[in-house]
Amino acid sequence: MLNPNTRMPKFSYIKPESIRQASEFLELNSGQSYPFLGGTDLLIALRDKKLKPKYLVDLKHLDHLNVLTFDSAKSLIIGAAVTLNRLIESEDVQKYYPVLVQGAREVGSYQLRTRATLIGNLCNASPCGDMIATSMVYKGIVNIIGTYGSKSVELESFFTGPGETILKPGEIVVSLSLPISPSRAKGIYLSIGRNKLADLAIAAVTVLAYPDETAFSGFRFLIALSAVAPTVIFVEEAQSLLSDKPIEIATLKKAALIAKNHCKPIDDIRASKKYRQEMIHSLTLRALIAVWEDLQKN
Amino acid sequence: MESFMKKQSIQLIVNGRKEILEISSNLTLLHLLREVLTLTGTKNGCEAGECGACTVLLNGEPVNSCMILGVECDGANVLTVEGLAENGSLSKLQQAFIDQNAIQCGFCTPGMLISAYALLQRNPNPTNQEIREALVGNLCRCTGYERIITAVFSSAQE
Repeated sequence: MLNPNTRMPKFSYIKPESIRQASEFLELNSGQSYPFLGGTDLLIALRDKKLKPKYLVDLKHLDHLNVLTFDSAKSLIIGAAVTLNRLIESEDVQKYYPVLVQGAREVGSYQLRTRATLIGNLCNASPCGDMIATSMVYKGIVNIIGTYGSKSVELESFFTGPGETILKPGEIVVSLSLPISPSRAKGIYLSIGRNKLADLAIAAVTVLAYPDETAFSGFRFLIALSAVAPTVIFVEEAQSLLSDKPIEIATLKKAALIAKNHCKPIDDIRASKKYRQEMIHSLTLRALIAVWEDLQKN
Repeated sequence: MESFMKKQSIQLIVNGRKEILEISSNLTLLHLLREVLTLTGTKNGCEAGECGACTVLLNGEPVNSCMILGVECDGANVLTVEGLAENGSLSKLQQAFIDQNAIQCGFCTPGMLISAYALLQRNPNPTNQEIREALVGNLCRCTGYERIITAVFSSAQE
C-alpha cells in the first residue's frame, strides 16, 4: 500500500470511557492533546499543520454529550455531540429557536452537518462562526466540566478573541443551555459568502426582536454582527435606538447605519474591510425590515 | 488507553462485507477505502470537506470521508458507490444518471450518487429545490448540474 498520508501528522487516537477520564487526560497532557467531536475544523487544521497534537481525544460517543432535550417551562439543552443536522431536524428547535436553525442551515453542506456540532462551532470560536451569534441572541449558557467539577458561563463571556475562548486545558464543554426564548419573538440570520453555497460568512447579521411593554417603542431588539470584529459584537447603540424611539423605516435605516459604523472588519483573503462594512449596512437593513414586518403581523 | 502511534484494530462493515483491519490513527476513512480496501470508486478531490467527491454513507448518513478518521469508524456501517448496484445490476439512480447524460469526466459522480441516494432514502419525492440543497456539498466542474438534478428527479419519479 502506498503511504497516502503525506499531509496528516502522526498522532494517537484516544477514546475515553467517561467525561471525567477525558478531562483528566486532557489536563495531564496539556499542550499535547486536543479534544474533538465532528472534526470538521480539526482535520483541516491538522493537514495545514496549524495543530500538531500528540493525542486526539474523541468525545462524541459519550452518552451525556448526545442529549437534546426541550422543556417548555425551562430551557433547551444541546449536548456537545449533537450534530447540526440533528439540531435542524428538531421540531422544538424549529419552533422555539428558529434563528438557531437558520444559522445551522448556513453551515457547509449536508455531509458536513452530519458531523459538525454546534459546540464545536462555538469552541472553534471563528469570528464568522454561524452558530455563535445565533446562540448569543438566545442568551446561551455554556456548561463546562473540568477536573475540579463543573461551571456555567454566559456565552457572551465565553469568547476572548478570534479562535480563542476562556477554556483551560482539561475543561470540556458538555452542553449549551438556551433559556425559553422571549414570547412572540421574531428573528433572522442573514449572511453573505463568496458564493451562494457552502462558503464561510464574509459578513453576517443576526436580529432577534420581541414585544416589550417596558420599552418606549414597545419592542426590544438584539442585533449581533459576525465576521466583522475579533468576536461577535452587539450593536448596543442601535438596539437602544429601536427601543427608545418610535419604529419606522427611518429608524431602521438609522440603526443599519449605526451597525455599519460600529463594526471593525479587516481586509483578508475572503473580502476587503470596505466591502464588509457595506455588506453589514445592507444586511442589517434587510434583517431589520424583515423582522419588523414579521413583528407587525402579530 | 492507547500508547502513542500504536496501530489500532477496528471492525466495520463496508458494502455489506465485514472488514477487520489494523490501521494507524491518522488514516482517514477515504484512504482506508481507497488504499486498504482498494475501493477506488470514492474519489479524493479537495481533502477539505468542500467538494464532496469523497462522499460515502456512514451509518446511513452522507459524510465526507476525507474528514473522518478510520479509527472513528469502529463498529460502523459504510456504503460506497460500489455498493449501490443491486445483484450485479445498476440501481435505478445509477441508470438515471446514464439515461440523462449526467456524467462527463465522472469524477464527481460517485459522490453525487451517494448524496442523491441518501436524499431519496430520507425524502423519496424531493422537489427540484430540495435536490439542489441536498447536493450543495457535491461540486461538478463539467456538467453545470442540470442533468444531474434531472437524473435524480427522474429516478424519484419512477
